[in-house]
Amino acid sequence: MSSAMDVDAPVSIAPRFNNQEQQTGATILCCNCGAPIDGTTSAGALCYDCVKLTIDVSGGIQREATIHFCRDCDRWLLPPSTWIVAAPESRELLALCLKKLRGLHKVRIIDASFIWTEPHSRRVKVKLTIQDSVSEGVVLQQSFEVEYVVAYQQCPDCQKSYTANTWRACVQVRQKVPHKRTFLYLEQLILKHGAHKDTINIKEVKDGLDFFYAARNQAEKFVDFLSSVAPVRSKKSQELISMDIHTSTKSYKFSFSVELVPICKDDLVALPIKLAKQVGNISPLGLCYRVGTSLNILDPSTLQTADISTPIYWRSPFTPLADVQELVEFIIMDIEPLGPVKGRWALAEATVARASDLGSNDRTYYTRTHLGNVLHPGDSVMGYMLTGTNFNSPQFEALEEHNSYSAQIPDVMLVKKFYARKKKGKNRNWRLKRMTREEGDMLPRKQDQEKMDRDYEMFLRDVEEDTELRQTMALYKAQQAQREADAMSMAETSDGEDETPQINMAELLDEFEELQMEDHA
Amino acid sequence: MADEHLCSVFEAELQDVIPICHATIAGTKIIGRLTAGNRKGLLVPTSTTDQELQHLRNSLPDEVKIQRIEERLSALGNVIAANDHVALVHPDIERETEEIIADVLGVEVFRQTIADNVLVGSYMALSNQGGIVHPKTSILDQDELSSLLQVPLVAGSVNRGSSVVGAGMVVNDWLAVTGLDTTATELSVVESVFRLGEGQAPGAINTSLKDTMVESFY
Repeated sequence: MSSAMDVDAPVSIAPRFNNQEQQTGATILCCNCGAPIDGTTSAGALCYDCVKLTIDVSGGIQREATIHFCRDCDRWLLPPSTWIVAAPESRELLALCLKKLRGLHKVRIIDASFIWTEPHSRRVKVKLTIQDSVSEGVVLQQSFEVEYVVAYQQCPDCQKSYTANTWRACVQVRQKVPHKRTFLYLEQLILKHGAHKDTINIKEVKDGLDFFYAARNQAEKFVDFLSSVAPVRSKKSQELISMDIHTSTKSYKFSFSVELVPICKDDLVALPIKLAKQVGNISPLGLCYRVGTSLNILDPSTLQTADISTPIYWRSPFTPLADVQELVEFIIMDIEPLGPVKGRWALAEATVARASDLGSNDRTYYTRTHLGNVLHPGDSVMGYMLTGTNFNSPQFEALEEHNSYSAQIPDVMLVKKFYARKKKGKNRNWRLKRMTREEGDMLPRKQDQEKMDRDYEMFLRDVEEDTELRQTMALYKAQQAQREADAMSMAETSDGEDETPQINMAELLDEFEELQMEDHA
Repeated sequence: MADEHLCSVFEAELQDVIPICHATIAGTKIIGRLTAGNRKGLLVPTSTTDQELQHLRNSLPDEVKIQRIEERLSALGNVIAANDHVALVHPDIERETEEIIADVLGVEVFRQTIADNVLVGSYMALSNQGGIVHPKTSILDQDELSSLLQVPLVAGSVNRGSSVVGAGMVVNDWLAVTGLDTTATELSVVESVFRLGEGQAPGAINTSLKDTMVESFY
């Protein structure tokens, strides 16, 4: 045998292979390209490059897919029926995209990332890197792109909200007053507490707003919220829509009628004498200085206050004698503190003259006021003129006929200091959020629009002047805060210290904070 | 050789050089996988009929011994890889069979596996010049096998990556026949390890480099 070997001493490629093997570990030649490779680890007799060329591990995976997006609520459809919020190029969206691909579960995903696409192209591109074993011990890695077409599809929630008569429950909030201040305040409260989140629709109607809900409990929750922040009376009614007599399942529509007490802050009220005696024997003629869940009445001539809770109010309801629109401007001629102080009020005796009388006659009025510590001679003040005014109110008539109370009716009742403001175009460094609502059947007429603007401006002034009111709502920095800051400092230097009240920038919220708040709410 | 198409190919190529005779084993055409042999003898499985055996006897020269083997592993071509000097056999083959192989083929017999495969005949193509083994055979195993066989061995494939090199080709000391899928790379490996077509090869290697190469290999 060995002699045979000697005879045909081989001229073989084997030595050559062996030499190569010592360098590279190669034992065979790739059957396709002839590259020397290590046969013990290769797939079949192919080198890695040839395997990559001939085998496509991503073969069973879609390269194009469609994802659905609801344009109205900016949510993505996560099949079969979930709708999720996902920012562009976010992890959530990537997860959604990967879930959409069929055949991906058979391979191992190594990496996935978005490739930037123009948003208006309505395409989302994802670059995927996957691994799969080709044969025993040989793993192939491959990268490829998947293109998603963004298709628009309205989600069921939005479909419902756009379809008429899908509401199950409706809350009708009403206040029978000629202005909208309470509603504007309520709007801010609702926004701050996120109480409007479940509503399908909000509609503006005469004297109030209608809130529509898809379920009764949402409406009830809202009614509970209202009764916890405002003096309201609510009534529930239901209408039978359909009934199945076999299963005795019924479907109802529920309506909650919520009526707000028609008395607002700074209104002049004449209490029924009996009620005035019940709530601490207060003088029946007073000012409403605050409306919380109950009415707070102040007698400016004694600084006595009374609290009228909502059920007590509705037992003997009364209307305001005069509201803020009937306020008249007075000028303080002389003011003298009397001593008693209660909170921010100080009792004082003041001699005032109507601003419109100045220059025409010398008629002055003597009155007691609770504004002793903010008023100085020469200041402007807003107040109600009682002499020479005819109030069409049975309660006031009762007062006039009463033998002792009739003598106590003052000529003038001062309500609040008047701050001379520049024209309406004045810029504020803060702003409030508004709710989007649908107007009623009739378009607002021009004078209605003006009236609404006037009401809103009045509300904004209230917010500026009343810190207590301000604390219950969320104020945001205006967009041009920088410009505002300049204007504010200018205003401060030009106007005196006791001029138009300003809101400290520290009290205001940034726009993005508001987003967070909504998330937590 | 039974398949008409295959036969015609072989006949066209080899008619003038090698006599070709048709045969069957146990009525089947897969002669190559069922029989094993070399220059000195031919082994046929126990399922071979007397007629077929007689036909083989008549077809082959008298100096070639023919032996029918009582062996459970009847596909002798798959379990025996033999040249004129050495035979590698399936590890589970019977002792009597092993002795018969040694007697009839006049070879040394070794029980071996190739890359952990017991079918040595399938995964090895062997001639007196060299041999090809399964592509996954490690260098260590190749060295061991080639020291048993005393011929150079190389790992390789036929028919575009098929590892069944023994069954995928027919080879003797002058000629190899492989499937149509076999790539040029595979053919060049086959040609060089079995030293086929040496006349056309660059002559220098045959003379001057021979000794050094042999030395480096062994």
